[in-house]
Amino acid sequence: MSSGFVIDECWRMSDPVIAPLASLAAEMRALGGRVGVGELLNAHRALEAVDSPSPEDSRLALRSVLCSGRGDLERFELAYEAVFGAGRVVADPSALDELGGVERAVLPRAGMPGTARPDQGPRDSQPVPAAWSDVELLREKDFAQYTEEEIALAHRLVVRLARRGPTRLSRRTRPVRRRRGHSPDLRRILRASLRTGGEPVHRHWQAPSRRPRPVVLVCDVSGSMAPYARMLLQYMQACVAARRRVEAFAFGTRLTRITGELSSRDPDRALRRATEAVTDFSGGTRIGSALAQLNRGHGRRVGRGAVVVILSDGWDRGEPELLEVEMARLRRSAHRLVWLNPLAAHPDFEPLARGMRTAVPHADELLPGNSLASLEDLAGVLEEI
Amino acid sequence: MTFDQIGSVDAVSDALAAQGYLAERPLALAIHLAVTLEQPLLLEGEAGVGKTEVARALAAATGARLIRLQCHEGIDLHHAVYDWDYPRQLLALRAAEGGVDEGALFSRRFLLRRPLLEALEHDGPVVLLIDEVDRADDEFEAFLLELLADFAVTIPELGTIQAAHRPVVVLTSNRTRELHDALKRRCLYHWIDYPNPDHERAIVHARLPGVPEAVAARVVAAVGRLREQGDLYKLPGVGETLVWARALLAVGDDVDLYDTLGVALKVHEDVQRVRDRRVLENV
Repeated sequence: MSSGFVIDECWRMSDPVIAPLASLAAEMRALGGRVGVGELLNAHRALEAVDSPSPEDSRLALRSVLCSGRGDLERFELAYEAVFGAGRVVADPSALDELGGVERAVLPRAGMPGTARPDQGPRDSQPVPAAWSDVELLREKDFAQYTEEEIALAHRLVVRLARRGPTRLSRRTRPVRRRRGHSPDLRRILRASLRTGGEPVHRHWQAPSRRPRPVVLVCDVSGSMAPYARMLLQYMQACVAARRRVEAFAFGTRLTRITGELSSRDPDRALRRATEAVTDFSGGTRIGSALAQLNRGHGRRVGRGAVVVILSDGWDRGEPELLEVEMARLRRSAHRLVWLNPLAAHPDFEPLARGMRTAVPHADELLPGNSLASLEDLAGVLEEI
Repeated sequence: MTFDQIGSVDAVSDALAAQGYLAERPLALAIHLAVTLEQPLLLEGEAGVGKTEVARALAAATGARLIRLQCHEGIDLHHAVYDWDYPRQLLALRAAEGGVDEGALFSRRFLLRRPLLEALEHDGPVVLLIDEVDRADDEFEAFLLELLADFAVTIPELGTIQAAHRPVVVLTSNRTRELHDALKRRCLYHWIDYPNPDHERAIVHARLPGVPEAVAARVVAAVGRLREQGDLYKLPGVGETLVWARALLAVGDDVDLYDTLGVALKVHEDVQRVRDRRVLENV
């Protein structure tokens, strides 16, 4: 669909309706929703299809069309309030330019020449480690001692690590050549035998294919984890970007889901949005109540054979009984439970902190997670699961 | 009443109510839009709130044929659209002793039609229910996206099969994973929440005709108390309310509700919590 066609169709519709619709879409996009030109056109058709002109029905019709998930429902409410609040329709002439702005956002994806891509520049100036020995030093160094430069250098290595993750056998099968240990592919055999007059001369085999196992990352961002939070969030962002079926959460005293924020293509923007979304950075820790929220609010994502990775040092201010119960429940729902504790890297480490004592028996693996080398170990463990 | 006769949101509500499904106005409006704009409807919501029931009621109300595709992990074209009946083809081949040509072999006679193909070819109105689409995988979602756009399927040996009438498509999801954006945006979206107490009582009366008001009120109040508890692992849905009402009818209204908790709560810790806290006092 070329831009010219879109403008013509819009102008043919009634103009007083376009401006507020465009404002509504702009508000939703500002709040993080994704509303495109297609949805706007659909919204207009929906308004025409609603038979009664009551404002409530129109609002509900717009909600059905412009929302595509539960998270959007709230954004829609806020945007609707902002644009149509107090019974007043905002006829904002600049909103029509906004419609042009939407097309400008669409055009680069269609590959039209002559449109600049604003976020291309900073991506190219990623620093690269100079020599192999630098990489080695970087790998072993504890995250808490990284300088700004080292954080930037480590990014590429983190991205490579994030691609490795757990897989599992799926119900889909794929054709294989070897016969050993694999089952016959009846459909292919029969089909091939039609060519040979009904005799199954050619044999074909099939094996189950592998697909990525869902991974749930839960990161402690309280005060005691502050030196590690930044690198660990980078790792989480890289995981969300690299694989499908990765969920990311952060907690201090409450749990916040940050998968959506971290899934932006630009890593810096992703981290910024995630940081804004989490309100209890560097505060206290209540691991038990955070896991309770995970088990209840997101139980369905954790089930279905997910691998749960908790990144926390275990300094918990909540009640140990709650932590015990929730860890037990989490262990039962998840396929495997991995605990990363940066304090565990210390040679004299013993899980004496109250939280760790309660939690460690329920975890399948306990790893440090304080350096690139230990993240590599994590990647290895995940692949073995 | 047929799809063409559904002219307004109220008509949708009334038609569904006649089938025993009490839809709140936002849902009725979403259905009306789905039928009028010919777009699929994606329903999400907690467990047991009646996502699948909507499609059943809609089909019954409009005289349309309900075709249900239950998605599971690894579902593919052969489970969803068509498959060839290879064993019968082999038999035909043997019986004819080499005198059968390919056109006769790959003909309608040996085609096994699965739900989606049935939905495309059915002569008359169809409600296509694609249930638990979050259990399918990415490849199947991509295929669904194409199908929902054109409502045509290409079978290499037979050609392209186009739907004569676009079916009304209802997709349900349990949110075990996020669906692909493209699929979500192609659909109208509606979240079905738990009903408020008055509405839930009306639902109990609609689905269990003849139930005494006292029983209905008691069950709805009990379920309301359970849903208020902030820390239960699994909250009871409308389905559980209906089963609880039937249980009370079966064993008598004066039974201690704590003995029948297994009808509504299915997790041991939840049952313990409710018992320990005496949540259902005076219900």
